[in-house]
Amino acid sequence: MRHDFLDRYSRLDSPIHRLPTTAKLLSTLCVISATVTLHFTHAWFFIIVAGVLLILSALTTIPWRFLFGRLMVLEPFALGIAVMALFQENGVFVFLSILTKSTLCLFTVILLSNTAPFAEILLSLKRFGVPKLLITILALMYRYLFVLIDETERLNRARSSRTFSNSPIRKWHTMASLIGQLFVRSTERAERIYAAMSARGWK
Amino acid sequence: MHIPDGFLDAKTAIATGMFSITGLGTALRRAERHVQSRKIPLIGLAAAFIFVAQMLNFPVASGTSGHLLGATLAAVLLGPSAAIIVMSSVLIVQALIFADGGILALGANIFNMAIVATLCGYGIYKILQIFFRGEQGRLVAVGFASWCATVIASVFCAGELAWSGTALWGTAFPAMAGVHMLTGLGEATITMLVIAAISKTRPELLEDNDQAVPANGRSTAFVYVALIVIGLLLLVAPHASPLPDGLEQVASSLGFEHKATEAPILPSPIKDYQLPGIPSAGTATIVAGVIGALAVFALSFLFARVLARRQKSAVHPSSPPNRQ
Repeated sequence: MRHDFLDRYSRLDSPIHRLPTTAKLLSTLCVISATVTLHFTHAWFFIIVAGVLLILSALTTIPWRFLFGRLMVLEPFALGIAVMALFQENGVFVFLSILTKSTLCLFTVILLSNTAPFAEILLSLKRFGVPKLLITILALMYRYLFVLIDETERLNRARSSRTFSNSPIRKWHTMASLIGQLFVRSTERAERIYAAMSARGWK
Repeated sequence: MHIPDGFLDAKTAIATGMFSITGLGTALRRAERHVQSRKIPLIGLAAAFIFVAQMLNFPVASGTSGHLLGATLAAVLLGPSAAIIVMSSVLIVQALIFADGGILALGANIFNMAIVATLCGYGIYKILQIFFRGEQGRLVAVGFASWCATVIASVFCAGELAWSGTALWGTAFPAMAGVHMLTGLGEATITMLVIAAISKTRPELLEDNDQAVPANGRSTAFVYVALIVIGLLLLVAPHASPLPDGLEQVASSLGFEHKATEAPILPSPIKDYQLPGIPSAGTATIVAGVIGALAVFALSFLFARVLARRQKSAVHPSSPPNRQ
């Protein structure tokens, strides 16, 4: 299992990591709701939020490079939608407002996902009354995500060791049959998982 | 199509959130009552599968690449209720772990991509299956349904952005629908190829899993249809209506509409944003959409024929295969 990169830093040990997950989840929600709903003219609020986020991320001991790297990966998507705001009256103001708000929200979620393990987030969601079935499915999904990524890499390696060159059209074919094969293997794995779960007394 | 936080205002986020809770709740209740517990690991694994399939890149011209959305694929493989749960799980994990798609915008994203896209994809697939049978018929239906699902979901997305005041409908609708009419081509091709690949290796999976959450009852179907209709009325219809909007209506009934048009400070180069010949960007997009849909249907028909023929020759080789 080499794909710890998804939320690599969520299991560090720092004052922020030690805080209860429920508190972190709730404060993330509060910060995001306030950021989204407050009008952009209240600049002081956004400066305070940015300052607090920076202080918190300094306390987490997560490398800055990683945090800003993730932000840079996600920013283009926000930018792509924000550009559409320019084509209206007062467009530049709306554009800047949206971009500031979405950047702050993105950074907040990046901090949350890298200071709280997903299993604990699921536990707090369960406490908030999210249906049990959805929690079970999310937990199964997260557990086998890494396994399926490994599986995909094996399929991909087998494919590339057997093809010397691949035209784009052939590549679409092979990628599609790779996805098809992945689904077949997922259903087979699901059967085995069910057998294993039943053997251990799952309803 | 993942909307980040900050793009939707409170009323849009709350309304779409309610839609999503209703839709996902209905699917979950259906699953809780009727699904065999044997299928629950399958739904979890299918969610992981769609997530991984979305990570694989398909090369498009000049170094860019596209990837799958997977809503129609999930609906065809697992049935509508299971597909709603699968796609919602994918979006929840993307929002919470990757910050891909906002937390407050999660309701809108689930509504567009997990509810509208899967249900429209599934509905169109099932309707086309009545007219087109056999292996080729299935592929035609899959291809056309996944193109339509992608485009329709993007129109809902544009409606949400316009309702929030983030972008004008006149900008958002042509931009979103236009881009997704193109990416929908990739989506349709990949979905057809994947279904063809599965039906070549394990055809029984397509029959067996179709209803991972078994046959949808009348009340469930009613909730699903109602959600899409209410969404259309609330998010899309107000902008797409050719009738004058509320303000113009009031102005004309009070008889001062001409006052607003008197003495423009600068004569507009394009009056009322209308190009000669093409009525407006919105109408042009609708015309393009209809022509595009016909073209895509013809293309999926031809492509399905090629794929089905290839499949047949793979099963019954006319000449002995020269393996090894």
